Amino acid sequence: MSTLNTLQKLKDAGELFMPGHRACIGCGEVLAMRQVCKALGKDIIIANATGCMEIISSPFPTTNWNVPWIHALFENTAAVASGVESGLDAMRRKGKGPSQDVTVVAMGGDGSTFDIGLQSLSGALERGHNFIYVCFDNEGYMNTGIQRSSATPFGASTTTSPVGKNSIGQTTQKKDMPLIALAHHIPYIATCTPAHPTDLAKKIKKAKEIKGPAYIHVFSPCPTGWGTDSDVAIELCRLAVDTGVFPLGECVHGTYALTKHIKELKPIRDYMKLQRRFRHLSDDVIDQIQAQVREHYAIVRSKCGVVNN
Amino acid sequence: MAKKDFELTWKDIPVGSIVHEPGNASQYQTGDWRSQMPVLDKAKCVKCGICYRFCPEPCIVKDDDGYYVSDLFYCKGCGICAYECPKDAITIVKEEH
Amino acid sequence: MAKRVGAEGSFAVAEAVRLADTDVVAAYPITPQTHIVERLSEMVADGELKANFIYVESEHSAMSACLGSSAVGARTFTSTAGQGLELMHEVLYLASSMRLPIVMAVADRALSGPLNVWGDHSDAMATRECGWIQYFGENAQEVFDLTLCAFKIAEHHDVLFPVMVHMDGFHVSHVVEPYLLPDKEELGDFLPPINYPYPLDPNKPITMGAFAPPAVYSECRKAQDVAVNSTHATIENVWNEFGKRFDRHYKPIETHKTEDAETILVSIGSFNQMAAVAVDKLREEGKKVGLVRIRLWRPFPLQAFRQAVKSAKNVVIFERSMTYGGTVGPVCAEVKSALYGTKGAPRITSFIGGLGGRDMSPKQFEALFKRAQEIFDKNLDIQYETIGVRE
Repeated sequence: MSTLNTLQKLKDAGELFMPGHRACIGCGEVLAMRQVCKALGKDIIIANATGCMEIISSPFPTTNWNVPWIHALFENTAAVASGVESGLDAMRRKGKGPSQDVTVVAMGGDGSTFDIGLQSLSGALERGHNFIYVCFDNEGYMNTGIQRSSATPFGASTTTSPVGKNSIGQTTQKKDMPLIALAHHIPYIATCTPAHPTDLAKKIKKAKEIKGPAYIHVFSPCPTGWGTDSDVAIELCRLAVDTGVFPLGECVHGTYALTKHIKELKPIRDYMKLQRRFRHLSDDVIDQIQAQVREHYAIVRSKCGVVNN
Repeated sequence: MAKKDFELTWKDIPVGSIVHEPGNASQYQTGDWRSQMPVLDKAKCVKCGICYRFCPEPCIVKDDDGYYVSDLFYCKGCGICAYECPKDAITIVKEEH
Repeated sequence: MAKRVGAEGSFAVAEAVRLADTDVVAAYPITPQTHIVERLSEMVADGELKANFIYVESEHSAMSACLGSSAVGARTFTSTAGQGLELMHEVLYLASSMRLPIVMAVADRALSGPLNVWGDHSDAMATRECGWIQYFGENAQEVFDLTLCAFKIAEHHDVLFPVMVHMDGFHVSHVVEPYLLPDKEELGDFLPPINYPYPLDPNKPITMGAFAPPAVYSECRKAQDVAVNSTHATIENVWNEFGKRFDRHYKPIETHKTEDAETILVSIGSFNQMAAVAVDKLREEGKKVGLVRIRLWRPFPLQAFRQAVKSAKNVVIFERSMTYGGTVGPVCAEVKSALYGTKGAPRITSFIGGLGGRDMSPKQFEALFKRAQEIFDKNLDIQYETIGVRE
């Protein structure tokens, strides 16, 4: 089948992110980004942080983007998006700029969201800009070579939290980024994975409709960084949700809901055994992590009460 | 067809190093990255489209008969389509060179 | 009809931003720029300035928000000083390489440490490689005029570079002076609405900020370098047009009594006004001295500068930032580089003073000329000396 046919068919199917990008074989993050873009539609402007998704999609003089897209730096994507949003707003008042409604989207990885870009995200959320912030969380600074971030889970081995004689890997707990976003009193937050594409699309559409800042947290498996086979990205997402590691839910104007309620959590070993980054952990530590996950999910359950779908 | 990066002179660089042609990176053949490839057994395929939904490129599209087929120009051979196919209609096969 | 107004340089800048019908202001307060952002906030609150003011949470975000706003085609302004200019340092390079017509007023301030909020040029000099067009105003009228011109220059399709308008912290930002403030009618069509040629727009999708591997980065950078050096003509044309309309004339290099001067002082900023008084006094005493004011700092006006100091046997530089390990301060380095190898190149020495708000009186400039003469007469090999620093 000719390449041109493929591209046209994808476009006809509403795909906005085209093949020919440099993402790793089996990358879960680029799959998530493809789904997010499809749900957003073409009337968007994306401000993208430095990271995997930016590098694989924009090698000068080419681009994989079919929508207007700006990459500035690593830690300022929310600030750039703030400028885009305010610029469009000011121009619209004066009868200038695109005639249609444009959704402003900021995209960043966990590095640019949890760590170096936390300040600019906080500022943008507090100011109440009408935009969607999407964090693609692959639990480490993957683009620069699998270094730890504050999104790296407890016990995971990375190049800067390596397993060693004196170390079991990451010794800190993952920051609760959706709750941090919510502490800014924003009208919408949601957690998604690419293994639940209908759920993800619904949430993106809700984020588009709601006025004000929306924070979307997307679980993005990284075969390269997590040490998995190239074909298990979707399986990892399913297991992350079904073991309670990554609860799937949303908070709309202060009301929490689980969009997939797991009544009986699967054992965490099912999830961890697929990933070399956890291979070194002793049974004791895994039991410890299991207890933490159960406890955390219980808290999430109690916050949510009502179960959607 | 965009010039390759090493072919551009400084005079070719657009103002601000802006890329004006949307999606022109799709000229890049990622298909030669792979060491294994998906093979579809059409007898088993029920045209559910799950493989298309979960392809990271994406490079799976419908052929004239409505079967979802991988475009080997782009396919990196990750195997997600085979893993996710509910009918085990896709097999991953090591490529011979 | 222009009004004669008494105001600080800060307020004059704010008036220029208002008259320019700026679309977006994204700024973070820092002494001594605060009066600019406060006045702009009042203007927005009262509806005098119909702009979106983004109250960013740091200067890094201020310049980042400006990138976004400018990229969609909105007329964009920000302002900062000292540490703030340093904090946004990496973003400055992007504003230039992405060719976004952002205008920024800087109330030049000393850099920490120790902490000092008063004026000098160390913050300005630290940004000389960023690729911005940079020029200096010496009083309220100049900073008003030059801020207005900055929008026209930045947004011109032959330019498309960000412009930094420098004013001395406190000495210009906070000193109340009279200046002529034109109204919208008098401004007329001097400043047309912005028409950025490559806005981010879903109807015409472009990619800004693609990454450039070694195979092509050099070409991108050379293209930018050639482009910024080609902006001289437009800068001068805009200033000439301004001069025709408002009878206030700005040139990249301005001179005071240099035609037959044997010793020329080269300097930047409001202290030029003290230096000019000293030059006048020394001329009365028969000394053949003159003053060259560098107004346009980047891109450096090489030919105009060489022309301005042609007659001099001696050139002495006064500057307001230290070098900490360089052979000379940044302005002297630029001057020496401009004059090295030219026929009849003058002898050069330099003085560094006025740091962190330290004042320089006309008398001190006279002393500077005297010490410079001693250095030249005795042929002393002195790269730079500090002046006004207690020994």
